[in-house]
Amino acid sequence: MLKRKNTTIPFYMDPWFWVKLMVFVIFAVFLVWPFSSIITNAFKSTKVAGFTMRNFERFFTKKYYYGALWNSVGISLVPSIFAVVLGVPMAYLMTRYNVWGKKIWHVLAILSLMSPPFLGAYAWIMLFGRSGSITTFLANYGITIPTIYGFGGISTVLTLKLYPYIYMYTSGAMESIDSSLEECAENLGSGKLRRFFTVTMPVVTPSITAGALVVFMSALADFGTPMLLGGSEFRTLPVLIYNEYLSETGGNGNLASAISIIIVIITLVMLLVQKSYVGRRNYIMSALRPPKENEVHGFKRFLVTLPVFLISFISFLPQIVVCASSFQHTNYSSFTGGFTFENYQNLGARLWTSLGNTFSYSLIAMVFIVLIGILMSYAIVRKKGKTGGILDMLLMAPYVIPGSVLGLCYIVTFNVKPLILTGTAAIIIISYIIRKLPYTVRSASAFLLQMDPSVEEASINLGVPPMKTFWKVTARLMLPGVFSGAILSWVTCINELSCSIMLSSGHNNTLTIEAYTNIVRNSVGSGAALSAILTLTSGLILIIALRITKGKIRV
Amino acid sequence: MSNAVIIKDAVKKYGDFIALKGVSLDIKEGEFFTLLGPSGCGKTTLLRQIAGFNSIEGGDFYFGDKRINAVPAHKRDIGMVFQNYAIFPHLTVEENVAYGLKARNVPKAEIGPRVKEALELVQIAHLSKRKPSELSGGQQQRVALARAFVIEPSVLLMDEPLSNLDAKLRVQMRTVIKKLQRKLGITTIYVTHDQEEALAISDRIAVMKDGVIMQIGTPTEIYAKPQNPFVAGFIGVSNFLDCSVEEGGVVDIHGQLKIKVPTKKDYVGPAKLSARPEQLFFSEEGLPGEVMFSTFLGDFIEYEVKLADGQSLIVNEYTKDTTEVHEAGEKVFLNFDPTRISVYEAESEEVITC
Repeated sequence: MLKRKNTTIPFYMDPWFWVKLMVFVIFAVFLVWPFSSIITNAFKSTKVAGFTMRNFERFFTKKYYYGALWNSVGISLVPSIFAVVLGVPMAYLMTRYNVWGKKIWHVLAILSLMSPPFLGAYAWIMLFGRSGSITTFLANYGITIPTIYGFGGISTVLTLKLYPYIYMYTSGAMESIDSSLEECAENLGSGKLRRFFTVTMPVVTPSITAGALVVFMSALADFGTPMLLGGSEFRTLPVLIYNEYLSETGGNGNLASAISIIIVIITLVMLLVQKSYVGRRNYIMSALRPPKENEVHGFKRFLVTLPVFLISFISFLPQIVVCASSFQHTNYSSFTGGFTFENYQNLGARLWTSLGNTFSYSLIAMVFIVLIGILMSYAIVRKKGKTGGILDMLLMAPYVIPGSVLGLCYIVTFNVKPLILTGTAAIIIISYIIRKLPYTVRSASAFLLQMDPSVEEASINLGVPPMKTFWKVTARLMLPGVFSGAILSWVTCINELSCSIMLSSGHNNTLTIEAYTNIVRNSVGSGAALSAILTLTSGLILIIALRITKGKIRV
Repeated sequence: MSNAVIIKDAVKKYGDFIALKGVSLDIKEGEFFTLLGPSGCGKTTLLRQIAGFNSIEGGDFYFGDKRINAVPAHKRDIGMVFQNYAIFPHLTVEENVAYGLKARNVPKAEIGPRVKEALELVQIAHLSKRKPSELSGGQQQRVALARAFVIEPSVLLMDEPLSNLDAKLRVQMRTVIKKLQRKLGITTIYVTHDQEEALAISDRIAVMKDGVIMQIGTPTEIYAKPQNPFVAGFIGVSNFLDCSVEEGGVVDIHGQLKIKVPTKKDYVGPAKLSARPEQLFFSEEGLPGEVMFSTFLGDFIEYEVKLADGQSLIVNEYTKDTTEVHEAGEKVFLNFDPTRISVYEAESEEVITC
C-alpha cells in the first residue's frame, strides 16, 4: 500500500520548535557558557599551568577567605530564623483577625521587600552609625549603644527587609486551609493554642520552609548590606567576589570564580535540603471553605493590630528616614538638619543620566521578559515534549546563582572574543533578562495551567491558524498572569545592584548604582536624594501594580 | 454545505498503546451520528482526529470525496462543541459567536444579522452583550452551540457537550440540540458515554470498546438486536445465561428449558444468551427459580429471581399485564420470547440469532 501524507508536519515547520530553539540559544549563550567558563576558571591559576586546586586550597586555608564563608552562612541563617519569628505570627494575625489597616500593613511589607538592597543598611547607619543621629543624641547623655556594624547589624537589617517573604508565603498557605480542618480539631477537644501547634503549623510548615529558603538565598546573595555594614572586618562571599574581582583586574578572576562556585554550592545544598524536607510533607489543599476572619473589638483589636503595626512599621522605617534626610542640609559627610532642596539640586545631570539608564534598561529588559516569558511558559506547559524538563531546570538557575556571581560570569566570558560585551548597556539588560525572566515565566505558567486548552482548540477549530490563535486568544488571556510577574521583575530590576555594579562602567550607571556609589563615597546628601527618588519610584510602581491586580501580587 | 464523513481503518497510537485499532465509519450527509462507549474506548480520540487535534497514525479520513488527513485543523471547516464549552472568556456572547465568521472574512454587514439569527435559534439573543462569566452553564452551552453552527460548517462535532449540566437541563438541551440539527441538516458526530442520551438523540450509533467498533446501528437495532454481549450489557439492562445450541436452532438452557430461536447461521455448541428484563416472563413451566425480592415501581414490577444454580435474573412485569404480585420466597418458572432474545457463540461471542 502506498504510504500517504498524514497530519504530522516536519519539525522545522512547527513554530514552537523555533521558540524552544531560541530559548535554548539564549540560555546557552548567556547562562550555560558563562557559568561553565567560571568553572574552568576556578581550576586555573596564573601561577601554575593546567588544572589546579590552588584557588580552593587558598580559600580554605586563609582565614580571610574561609572566615567570609562562615560569615555568609551566619548572616543567611540568622535572618532566616528571625524572619520566621516575625513573619509567621504576622501571617496568622493578618489572616485570622480583623486587624486595623490591614491593607496598609500588607503594602508596607511588599514595599520593604522591594526596596533597594542597601537602603536598610544606609538608614540604620544614619540613625545608629558612628555619627548617626540617635548615637550622637544618646552620647550627649553618656549612653553608648551596641555597634550596628558587623554580624548583629547585618542580620537585623536583612531580617527586617526579608521577613515579608515568610509573611506572604505563610499567609498564602493559611488562607488555603479548609476551615473544617481546624473546626474538626476543635471538635475533638483541642484548645486554640494546641490547635495552632498541632494542626495549623504542621500544614503550613512546607510553605514556611519555602519562604525561609528564599530568605536564606536572598541574604546569602545580598551585596549592599554587608558592603555598608561589614566594614573592613566583616566580609561575606559576595563582597569577596567583588573585591577579588576589583583587585584582580587584568587577571581572569580565578579566585573569584572559585568563591562563586562555593556560593552556588551552598545555595544548591540548601535548596536540596528544603526540597527533601517538603517532599516528605506535602499537604496540598484547596480550601473549599477558607477560614473566616475572627471579629474582635476594642482593646482586643488593638492587641492584634499592635504587633503587625510594629513589624511592618519598623521594616518600613528606613524608607521614611532616607526620604526625610534627603531634605536636610549636609556638611560633607554628615547631615546638619534644617530643610532644603539642595541635595536634589546638586545632583544635576547625574540624576537624569542614571534615571534615564534605569528606565531604558529596565523597560527594554521588560519587553523581552514579557515576550519571551509568554512564549516560554507556553512551550513549557503546553508543548512540553522531551525538552520541557531542561527548560524547567534552566529556570531554576537565577534562584541559585547570586547576582554578583552572574556578574563575574559575564565579565570573565564577555571580556574577550568572540563576544565582547563588557562596558555596554546590552550586558546589563541581558543580565536583567536572564535573572528576572524565570519569575515571569513561573507566574505565567501558573496562570496557563489553570486555563482550559480547549479554548485554544475552539479558536483553531473556528478557522484561526494556531500561531494567530496563540497571539489572539492564549497570549491575550495570559496577560494578567504575565504582567503581575513582570511588574515585580521590573521593580527588582530597578533596584538591582549586586550584578549591575560589576557590569557597569560609569557612564551606564543606573539610579541604584549611582545612589550606592554616593553613599560609599560618603557624599551623603546626594546618596539620600538618589535613594529617596529610587524609593518613591519603586513605591509608585508597586502601588499602581497593586491597584491593577487588586492586591493579588505574589512574590 | 453538509458533507458525508467516511473513515477507513483509523489508527491512533500513543507510544506502544494503540487507542484506535482500525476504525471504519460511513456517516451519511445530514446524519446525527453518535460515538458511544465507556471512558477510554477511543471515542473522543477519534473525534479529535476528525477535528484535526490528534495526529493520525493510520487510515483515511474523507469529508465527501475530499481526503482531509493532511488538512490542518483550522482549514477543515468543522464546527465543534467542547465538553467544557471553551467559550472565550474575554469576549462577549456576540463576539464569541462572530469569532468564526470574522476568521472566514465574512463581510461585516453580514456578520451582525447572522450572529443575531444564530442566537435567536438557541434562544439567547437577549444575552448578546453579556460576558461568559455572567452566564449559567446552560446558557454557555447555547453560546458554544451557536458559535459552532453559525459558520455553517460541513460537519458539526460534539464532545460530551451535556456532561457538565444537571440532569434536568441535560434532557432539555438534548432536545434543543436534536431539533436544531434536524432544522439545519448539518452532518453531526456526537460523543457520549451516556447510553440513554445516545438512544434519545441519534439517527445511528457506533458502540465502541477498547478502540474497536462493536456495533453500528439505529437506536432500536442496537437495543433490540445487540450483536455481542458487550453491546447487550452496555445498552440498557440484560440478563446473561450460559446455554448450548443444538441442531436446528434449539437452545438448551441448563437442561431445563428448550426453545427454538430463528438463526442466521448454523452453529452447534456452547453459547451465551442475553435477554432484557421485559423479555422474560413467568409461566407454567420453564426455568425453575425462586423470587428473592420484588420492587413495585408503578408502571412495572421488578423481580430478582434466583435460579437453581444460584444465578440471579432481573425480570420486569408490566403492571397492566398482571393482577398479582409475586412475593419473595415464591417458587416460579421463567420463560423467554424466542424472537426477542439474542444468542452468541461462547468462544467468539458472535451473534447467531437474527
